[in-house]
Amino acid sequence: MNGFEQEGLRDWIGPLLDGALVTVQIAVAAYVIGILLGLLGAMAKLSGINALRGIAWGYTALVRAIPELLLIILLYYAGTQGLNSALIAMGFAGGVEIGGFTAAVSVLAFVQGAYMTEVFRGAIVAIPKSLLEAADSYGMSRGLRFRRIVLPLMLPNALAGMSNLWLILVKETALVSVVGFEELFFTAQQAAASTGLYATFYLAAGALFLAMTLISNVVFHFAERHVRRGMVRG
Amino acid sequence: MDFSFILDPGYQSYFIEGFVNTLALVFWSGLAGMVLAVLVALGLVAGPMPLRWLLRGFTTVIRGTPLLVQLFFFYDGVGRLLTSVPAIRESMFRPLLNDAFFFGAVAFSVSVAAYSGEVLRAAMMNVPKAELEAARSFGMSRTRMVRRIWLPRAVQLCLPTLTGEMILLLKSVPLVSTIAVVDLLKAANIVRSETFLVYEPLLLVAGIFVAMTLVLTAAMNLLERRFPGARPARRKTTDIKLGA
Repeated sequence: MNGFEQEGLRDWIGPLLDGALVTVQIAVAAYVIGILLGLLGAMAKLSGINALRGIAWGYTALVRAIPELLLIILLYYAGTQGLNSALIAMGFAGGVEIGGFTAAVSVLAFVQGAYMTEVFRGAIVAIPKSLLEAADSYGMSRGLRFRRIVLPLMLPNALAGMSNLWLILVKETALVSVVGFEELFFTAQQAAASTGLYATFYLAAGALFLAMTLISNVVFHFAERHVRRGMVRG
Repeated sequence: MDFSFILDPGYQSYFIEGFVNTLALVFWSGLAGMVLAVLVALGLVAGPMPLRWLLRGFTTVIRGTPLLVQLFFFYDGVGRLLTSVPAIRESMFRPLLNDAFFFGAVAFSVSVAAYSGEVLRAAMMNVPKAELEAARSFGMSRTRMVRRIWLPRAVQLCLPTLTGEMILLLKSVPLVSTIAVVDLLKAANIVRSETFLVYEPLLLVAGIFVAMTLVLTAAMNLLERRFPGARPARRKTTDIKLGA
């Protein structure tokens, strides 16, 4: 022994777990915003207004045709620079920097929203028309109808797609490591380069991602049971 | 917006190389991945118990972890481990082990095998039992029944999903730019660093991908319609609507 301890997996477990926590935080934030974008997108697509439908159509068609990594790099640079110059133009000159976390979340949410739009659109279309007509005949306003009838009836149809998108999102968070954002995979890469134990640290990162997706599967299984309670099993 | 870099023959050659590499990756990993997927599906529905568990574990791990992590695991992890073994380092496989393209193709094939293998497995389970019994009562051997009836019927059932997987494969190709394969994204990044243009090369590649996705989608639709036993094009709902 020459006094230098070889760095190993044990020294990096703390940073890896911190990275995993950041990954979960980005994913949850992007998911929530993605769901809101998806609801807006689905409403726009189903609204009778041509301009709104056109915008929503362009949004989903483009996002789904361009590779996620390319989109993330493009939006990361375009988004941060665009927002920064907009902020400067509005008078918040200097000192305003968009943090990596905000940028990562907004980019992932923007991509997620396009896929979510399609899930929600399909789920809303699948609601029997007569139920909506019944709501109308009770004199419900559009907003009340959406909250009390459309949302709860759509959820069982949408949940399978939503759980799929969550799993895709958790795995997609690894892509923001490419633009230098420090999440789980970025930390694993640093650990691998610093120790030379490449296979070990990629396996460790993989195991943490796997744990996240497996736990998510269980959670979504129970959520599915919950939203389907009282429904006849098909 | 300054797209004049497109006219420079030097930059053109990067994009052409990237385009060719992208297509080659989709082709080779699509082909190898599909062959593996058939084996995975067969093992999952008809293999002995230990093999089934093993394959279940394989598809769960691959589908539960990011492709980017798998890519680095194969290229940086396995690649380095293999080159550290002298017997392998001195062998004829040496050039392969330094080849990022090769490891990209391996990672993508494994990924296609897991995702499409599960899709095929589900489809094989959905082939009506009676059809398989009919095949057996014609005196077909088990392998012939699998080859002539079970697999083709299963592919018929899940063809749209499988073609969707191919489009997802095309869209995963830019990941290899992170392991030094010159694909379209890498080409754009090279041009970006040489010209100091931030967005334009990326936008060009985005445009190329939109075009490629459109062409691939059209090709896959054609395949779906040409596939023996494919259902006729979906009728408009107005044709089958019965009264109000």
